[in-house]
Amino acid sequence: MSATESAQDEKAKPADDKPKEVRFREAIRLGMSEEMERDDRVFIVGEEVGHYQGAYKVTEGMLEKFGSKRVIDAPITESGFTGVAIGAAMVGLRPIVEYMTWNFSAVAFDQILNNAAKLRQMSGGQLNVPIVFRAPNGSAKQVGSQHSHSMEHFYAQIPGLKVVAPSTCEDAKGLIKSAIRDDDPVLYMESETLYSLKGTVSDDPDFLVPFGKARIAREGTDVTIISWSRMVHVSLEAAAALERDGISAEVIDLRSLRPLDEEALVNSVKKTHRAVIAYEGWPYGGVGAEIVDRIQRLAFDDLDAPIERVTTKDVPMPYNAKLEQLVIPQAAGVVEAVKRVSYRSV
Amino acid sequence: MTDHDNHLALYRQMQLIRRFEEEAARAYAMGKIGGFLHLYIGQEAVGVGAVAALEPTDYVITTYRDHGLALARGMTARTAMAELYGKVTGCSKGLGGSMHFFDVEHNMLGGYGIVGGHLPLAAGTAFASKYRGDGRITVVFFGEGAASIGDCHEAMSLAALWKLPVVFVCENNEYSMGTPLERTLAVEDVTARAAGYGMASDRFLADHVHTVKEKLGKAIQRAREKCEPTLIEARTYRYRGHSMSDPGKYRTPQEVEDQKKKDPLSRSRTDLEKAGLQKKLEAVDAAIEEEIADAVKFAEESAEPGPELLEATTYKGAFAR
Repeated sequence: MSATESAQDEKAKPADDKPKEVRFREAIRLGMSEEMERDDRVFIVGEEVGHYQGAYKVTEGMLEKFGSKRVIDAPITESGFTGVAIGAAMVGLRPIVEYMTWNFSAVAFDQILNNAAKLRQMSGGQLNVPIVFRAPNGSAKQVGSQHSHSMEHFYAQIPGLKVVAPSTCEDAKGLIKSAIRDDDPVLYMESETLYSLKGTVSDDPDFLVPFGKARIAREGTDVTIISWSRMVHVSLEAAAALERDGISAEVIDLRSLRPLDEEALVNSVKKTHRAVIAYEGWPYGGVGAEIVDRIQRLAFDDLDAPIERVTTKDVPMPYNAKLEQLVIPQAAGVVEAVKRVSYRSV
Repeated sequence: MTDHDNHLALYRQMQLIRRFEEEAARAYAMGKIGGFLHLYIGQEAVGVGAVAALEPTDYVITTYRDHGLALARGMTARTAMAELYGKVTGCSKGLGGSMHFFDVEHNMLGGYGIVGGHLPLAAGTAFASKYRGDGRITVVFFGEGAASIGDCHEAMSLAALWKLPVVFVCENNEYSMGTPLERTLAVEDVTARAAGYGMASDRFLADHVHTVKEKLGKAIQRAREKCEPTLIEARTYRYRGHSMSDPGKYRTPQEVEDQKKKDPLSRSRTDLEKAGLQKKLEAVDAAIEEEIADAVKFAEESAEPGPELLEATTYKGAFAR
């Protein structure tokens, strides 16, 4: 794997009173930098975060700004530096752990599962772990079987952890700031395919996006499409295509997978009576299956059709470009699922 | 205090641990304690000697064989026994159990059930001390069984690379559960690897609490003054099984009996008797018997934790799951 293009063109362009337009990676960086300025207990550790300027340039310039005490290059020891960061958090520091990708967190899974998530409870409430784990997640472009996992499904199952996955620049900044200020472990899911996305962000140093509050990315009346991270954009593409066919789709961007905004799901389904969940990740279990359970329990009488899921196919990710696109959920697949739940011919 | 009084204080801690563990074993056999129970009997001199060389503000972290270190650090027998009984008056409110003793007030940052998984945490608390410049050091204990797992390597590699004030104490009790060292490690000397990390090391027979205190003292001084880690191998022996469910068929009764003849607790007692402290020893032993009996009574009579603790100790504050 390699880093994406240079972030040379991403310098902030502060307008006098207009919101600042930045790229997604810069929104994350701004959020982290503001919190590091605000709280000297916050530091960042990970592979290539310092001198290399970040494998995906998220931390570009941060070493120069904050110094090597607070922007720490780690050797390839995911389990080791994850544990070090958890230990530091146990005694009051507030680490940000960057994995080069969430795929590599698999070798640190024990630290996240058995230490970060459980210390508060097994110590009878004596300890807590204020820590942020962040990295790109899900598919990228032809990075193959071992670099394409959607790890949120593994982590969202674990009590003690919070999991968020922004799709816009504003949420990227607001959620990373909320994550850093949180007193429990937060897993923050990025996407390599979103890093160059442009958007506006607030300059307010206390602008926070709360956890557990979904965002209506597009209002609609006929069907609810539920999504997060990169797939919100795919869902919006599908919604635009559906509009041409006379179907008004509402797109919900969950933003936060744990805690989950049940109320937003139920309110939308009460209006549209149909739901499609579009996300990356295998179909067996996972966050999508959890959402199906919530909706069928909480809004059973409001449903006019079974809930459908549009997911990654139930196979490891192939390298071949065409096969990869076949395996990853696409807008066309979302359109087809919406038509099926609308009882319209596909 | 005189040297003898100091020694007597260490004897008291070791004897308290020994008697606590014996009573815990009895309570376990009676079904009062559930789950796993790993006893520290035979290894008391390691924990007690190490704690004697530390400041109260220093951090200690250990494995699931954690009762001894907690008691040495100052946890009361009441609080410890109540945790074993799963009572709300226990150190972890009855939510942790035998393997998860925590006592933040005494900077005892836990007993951990995944072998080796706590070593990076110890490097992390040492990292925090260096980050803050607070002068604290961390001592982490693990068995020679943990010497094979990846987290052990990663923690030592990072601690050496980042020059962290941590002392890694391998309590080599010769058996990784039922497997002797020669079938788990190609190199018998656990400290041989220290050279690969560029880390100082020391290896000794933990046959006397004073030996442990003196040897650990040097490593602790290195951590505190030079901010450098040390790998220690304290060779010890456990007289009981790995846990209560272990019949110990992998070693002969003769081997265990031979080891008991070298019991560091008995050595301290003999030293003190020779020094003429017989009466003080008897008083200490009697006080410990009372303390243990009181702890058992306290644990028996304490309330169990209620369900209201479950969510409150999973996250800070309530939220929609």
